[in-house]
Amino acid sequence: MARRDSIMTKPKDSKGTFKRLLRFLGPFRYMILFVAILSILSNLLSLWGPNLAGAAINEAAAGMGRVNFERVYAYALRMLICYVSASLLTIIINITMVRISKRVAFRMRQSVFEKLMRLPVGFFDQNQAGDIISRVSYDIDVISTCMSTDIVSILTSVVTVIGSLFMMISISLPLSAVALITIPASVLYTAKMRKITQPRFVKRSKSYGTMNGFVEEMLSGQKTILAYAYEDTVDKRFDDINNGAANAYYDADSIGVTIGPTMGFINNICLSLIAFFGSILYMNHAITLGSISSFVLYSRKFSGPINEVANIINELFSALAAAERVFNLLDQEEELSDLPDAQHLTDVNGNVSLDHVAFGYTPEQTIIHDLSLNAQAGKLIAIVGPTGAGKTTIINLLMRFYDVDSGEIRVDGKNIRHLTRRSLRSAYEMVLQDTWVFRGTIFENIAYGRENATMDEVVAAAKAAHIHPFIMRLPDGYETIVAEDGGNISKGQKQLLTIARAMLASSQDNSCMLILDEATSNVDTSTERAIQSAMRDLMRDKTCFVIAHRLSTIQNADLILVLNHGDVVEQGTHASLMASKGFYYNLYRAQFE
Amino acid sequence: MKFLWSYLKKHIWVILGVMFIKLAGTAVELLIPYIMEHLIDNIVPLERLSLVCLWGGLMLLLAMAVRFLNVTANRLSVRTAKRSIYAIRRDLFHTALNLTGNQMDQITLPSLISRMTSDTYNVQSFIQSVQTIGIRAPIMLIGGIAVTLSMDRGLAMILCIMAPVMIVLVVCVSMHGIPLYNRVQQGMDQIVRIMRENITGIRVVKALSKESYETRRFSEANQETAKRDIRASITMAMPGPIVTMFLNIGLTLVVIFGAQRVNAGVTKPGVILAFLTYFNMIMMGVMGLNRVFMMLSKANTSANRIAAVMHVPEDLPRLPQEKGAHTDRDGFIVFDHVTFSYDEGIQKSPPFKLDSHSNTRFAGANRQVCLNDIDFTLPKGGSLGIIGATGSGKTTVINLLMRFYDPSQGHVFIDGQDVRTMDKDDLHRRFGVVFQNDVLFADTIRENITFGRDVNDDGLTAALEDARAYDFVSLYPETVDHQSAIHGSNFSGGQRQRLLIARALAAKPEILILDDSSSALDYRTDANLRQAIREHHSDTTLIVIAQRVSSIMNLDEILVIDEGKLIGRGTHEELLKTCPAYREIHETQMGEVD
Repeated sequence: MARRDSIMTKPKDSKGTFKRLLRFLGPFRYMILFVAILSILSNLLSLWGPNLAGAAINEAAAGMGRVNFERVYAYALRMLICYVSASLLTIIINITMVRISKRVAFRMRQSVFEKLMRLPVGFFDQNQAGDIISRVSYDIDVISTCMSTDIVSILTSVVTVIGSLFMMISISLPLSAVALITIPASVLYTAKMRKITQPRFVKRSKSYGTMNGFVEEMLSGQKTILAYAYEDTVDKRFDDINNGAANAYYDADSIGVTIGPTMGFINNICLSLIAFFGSILYMNHAITLGSISSFVLYSRKFSGPINEVANIINELFSALAAAERVFNLLDQEEELSDLPDAQHLTDVNGNVSLDHVAFGYTPEQTIIHDLSLNAQAGKLIAIVGPTGAGKTTIINLLMRFYDVDSGEIRVDGKNIRHLTRRSLRSAYEMVLQDTWVFRGTIFENIAYGRENATMDEVVAAAKAAHIHPFIMRLPDGYETIVAEDGGNISKGQKQLLTIARAMLASSQDNSCMLILDEATSNVDTSTERAIQSAMRDLMRDKTCFVIAHRLSTIQNADLILVLNHGDVVEQGTHASLMASKGFYYNLYRAQFE
Repeated sequence: MKFLWSYLKKHIWVILGVMFIKLAGTAVELLIPYIMEHLIDNIVPLERLSLVCLWGGLMLLLAMAVRFLNVTANRLSVRTAKRSIYAIRRDLFHTALNLTGNQMDQITLPSLISRMTSDTYNVQSFIQSVQTIGIRAPIMLIGGIAVTLSMDRGLAMILCIMAPVMIVLVVCVSMHGIPLYNRVQQGMDQIVRIMRENITGIRVVKALSKESYETRRFSEANQETAKRDIRASITMAMPGPIVTMFLNIGLTLVVIFGAQRVNAGVTKPGVILAFLTYFNMIMMGVMGLNRVFMMLSKANTSANRIAAVMHVPEDLPRLPQEKGAHTDRDGFIVFDHVTFSYDEGIQKSPPFKLDSHSNTRFAGANRQVCLNDIDFTLPKGGSLGIIGATGSGKTTVINLLMRFYDPSQGHVFIDGQDVRTMDKDDLHRRFGVVFQNDVLFADTIRENITFGRDVNDDGLTAALEDARAYDFVSLYPETVDHQSAIHGSNFSGGQRQRLLIARALAAKPEILILDDSSSALDYRTDANLRQAIREHHSDTTLIVIAQRVSSIMNLDEILVIDEGKLIGRGTHEELLKTCPAYREIHETQMGEVD
C-alpha cells in the first residue's frame, strides 16, 4: 500500500503552501485588513497606557501636599479611555478572527470532502482511512487554531515590540541598552532549547503512537488473548511499551518545564539591571521616578512577545505542514472526467462483452492478462476461482471503478469509456461481500438507493430479503439506529440489509445488470434458501455477474468462468465443466472430501 | 477524584515537597518587585552606591533562587505524573484485558481504547500541572494581595474587591464554555463518522451516484459544527480581554487614589510603582486559576471514565470446588440442560455505571437469541459439528464452554468438573480455538502461532503443515519470522485463516474449536485440512462450527441448532433421515450429487 508519510514536522514548500493558504483567506481579505488596523490601534492604545501611568506617578511624586490633582485626573482619565477601548478592540478582534478562522476551516473541510467524492476508487484502496480523516479533523484544526490566535499575536507582537522599544528609547536610551542585553540571551536560549527538546518531543509522540497502536490491536483481539491465556505475555509487553512512553514523556517534559522558569529568570535579571542602573541614573538626576516605573512596564511588554516568538514560529510551521498535507490531498488526481462526447447510457439491453482486457493495479503487476467474454442480455455469468484469482477485479472494471489498461469493455456494443459513469453505474445493481451500512435508521439504510421511498416499499423489500422479522424484534423497529460499523447487527444480517437495499433500488430504475460478489457468504444456508425466490426476482431479466465460493449456488449459471491467476482457465456450463474433469471438477469434488 | 487519590497517595511526600518548593519559589518571586520598590523609594534617596549594589545584587540572587526552586518543583511534578500515569495505564490495561464478554459489550471497544489513550493523557497533564500551576496561581493571587496589603492597606482594598469579582466572572465563563466545547467535539465526531462512512462505502456511494447527496449530508454536519465552534471559541476568547480591562481599570484607580494618598503623606510614589507590577502578577494568578479549573473539570471527566472501567466488579469469579455442580454423566464435555440469554447475563452481573459516552443502548439489541435447554455430551477424542442459521446461537455454545459467560440455567462440565470451579487460565489452556473474525497480531508468524506457549520449532512446523500454511510461509525469505501487519492485513483471507488454525493446533490442545474458520478456504484446502486434523490430532476433542455441510459431515456427531434450540442431533447419515432442516441445508449446498 502506498502510504504517504503522515508525520512531517516541517513543510517542504513553505512558500507555495503559504500562498495557497492565503487564497483560502482571500474572501476575508477586507475583514483581515480591518482586524489588522484594529489590532495596531488597540496595541498602540495599550502601549500608551504605561506612559500615562508614568506621567501620573510623576505628578504624584511631587510629594505630600504638592500634587497637582487636575493633571493626575486628566492623566487617569486618559489611561482609563486607553485601556478600556484597547480591551473592547481586542474583543472585537478576537470575535472577528474566530469567525474568519472557523469559516476557513469550514470551507477547507468542504473542499476536502468534495474532492474525496471526485477521487477514483483506487485512491481509497491505496490510502488508509485514518490518514485521510486525520487531515480533515486534526490538520485543519491546527490550521484554524493557528489562524485565530497566531495572526493576531504576530500582529500584536510586532506592534508591541516596536512600540515598546520606541517608548523605552524615548524614556531613556541607556536603560534601553540595558534591557536589550536580555534579548540575545532569551533568543539564544530558546533556540538552543528548541534544538534539545524537539527530538525528545518527536520521540514522545512516537512512543504514544506505538502505545495507542498496541492498545488498539490487543484490545480488539482480547477474546483470543483470553482464550489462549496469553494475558501475562501481553501485560508484560505492554509494560515495556508503557514504560517507554512514560520515560519518553519524562525525557521531553522534564526539560520542557525548565524553559518557563528560565525565561522568568532572564526577565528578573533584566528587572534587576533596570532597577540598578535606573537608580544610578536617578542619583545622577538623569531620570525621574515615574520614568523608571513606566520603563519597567514597557520592558515587561517588550519581553513578553520575544519570549513567545519561539512558540509562535513552532505553531506556524506546524500549521504550514498541516496545510501542506491538506493541499496534498486536494492535489490528488481526480477520477478522469467523462469524455466530452460521452453518451448517456439509456434503454440498456444488458449485453456486456470484454474484449482482450488487460489490467493491473500497478504497472508492474498485471492481474488480468487477456480476458475476453461475452455476456448476453439476461444471462447468468458465474465467476469462480481461488482467492486472489482476480474475481473482484473484474467487478472493479465492469463498474469502471478502474479503467482497463488495454482492450475494451462494451455494454450493448458501446465502449464504456465513451459513456457517462453515472449512467453506466446506474445500469448496474450491486451487492458486495463487504457490506456497507452507515449510522442511520434501518429505514434510511434500506432506502439509500432510492430517494423518496415509502415505508411500505421499504418493508416490502425487507420482507423479500427475509430481514423483516429481525427488524421488528429490534427495540425501535425500522427506526432503530444502526451503529457506525453496524456493530449491533451480525454480518449475515448486514448482507440481508444490503440485499434489501438492492431490491428496493432495482424496483425503481431500469438497471439491467446485477453484480453479486459473495452476496450471501455470511448468510446461512436456510436463510439463503428462503431468500432465493427474492434473489431470483432480483436477477430476473438482468445480466448477472455472480461471484461465489459455494459452487452449489452457481450450478444453473449460463456460463461459468473459472479464473486462476487472472486468466480464464476454463469456461462453460456446470455440466460441460464437470465432464471435462479439469480445474473446476477438482474444486467441485473437494466439497465432498 | 477519589480514584486519582489512590494513585497519588504513594507520592504524597513528593507532592507535598513540590508544593512547598513551589510555594517558596513563588513567595521569593513576589519579593523581587517588593525589593525593587524598597530600592527605589528608600535606598536611592540615600544616594549610596554601595547600598544600591547590595540591593541590586540581592535581587539577582533571588532571581537565581526562583529559577532553581521552580525548575526543581516542575521536574519533580513531571516525575510524579510519569510514575502515577504509568501505574494507572498498567492497571487499566490489565483490567481491560481481563474484562468479560458482558463487560466488553457494555463498554464497547472504541470507548475502551479512548479511555486508555486520550483519557489517561488528560489525567497525566492534570497531575503534572496541578502541582505547579495549582499552587502558583493561588499563591500569586493571595500573595500578591497580601504583599500589597502590607505595603498600603488602602490601595490594596481596590484589589481585594476586584479579585473575587474577576475570579467569579472568569470561572463562570469557562464553566459555560466547557459544555459548548463538548458540543463542538460531538459535531467533530459526526464529521469524522460521515467521512469514514464514505471512505469505506465509496463503491456503494459511486455505484448509486449518491455523491451529491453525501456532500449535502457532510455539508450539514460541517456547517453545524462550524456554528458550534464559533460560539464556543468566542465564549472562551472573552475572559482574557475582560480580565485585562478590569485590571487596568483597577490600575487607574490605584494611580488616582495613590496620588491622593501621596498628597496626604500616607504613602510613597514607589508604592504605586510596585502596585503596577503586582497587578500583573495577580492577573496571571486569575488566568492561572481559570486554567486550573478547566483542567480540573476535564481531568475529572477523564478520571471518572477510567475509574468506571477499573471499578467494574469482578464478574464470573471462580467458584470454590464444593459450590460447583456435579454430574454423573459420562463424557469429556457435558452440556447439562443449558439455557442462556445475553440480556439476562447482563442483568445478572451487578450493574456498573458507565458514563453517557458509551453506546450501551443497543448492546443487547440483537442478542435476544439465546440457548434453550441445550443438552449433549462429547467423549474424549470425539468430534462434534454444530450447524444452524445465522444468530441461532452456535457461537454461544463456545462462549459458555470457555466461560466467557455463565449459563442462566444448567451447567457446563469438562472432564467431570464444573467449568465455574476451574482457574480461568487453566481452563483456557486446554483449548485451541479459532474464533469467527479472529485476529493476527503485528508480530512474527512464529510468535503469532506459539503465542507465549512452549512450542518448539518442530511443533511449529508441524502445526503449519497441518494447517496447510507451510507451503506459503516457507516462500517468505524469513519463513516463520516473517512479520504480520496489524490484523494480519498483509495476508489474504485464506492465508489468515490457515495461520489462525496453525495457532490453534500448535500446543496440541485437548479441545480444538474451529468457529466458522474455514470460510475463506477453497474446498480443496478445507478438505486437506480436515484430513490432517483427523490423522495428526486424533486424541483431540474437536468442535467445528460451520456453514458448510462438507466441513462437518464426517464428524462423529452433529448438532443442528435453530433459534437457540436443538432441532437435530446425530451423525450425517442419521440427520439426513431424521432432520428435515439438515437435509434441506445439505441439498442446497450439494446440489444433485451423484
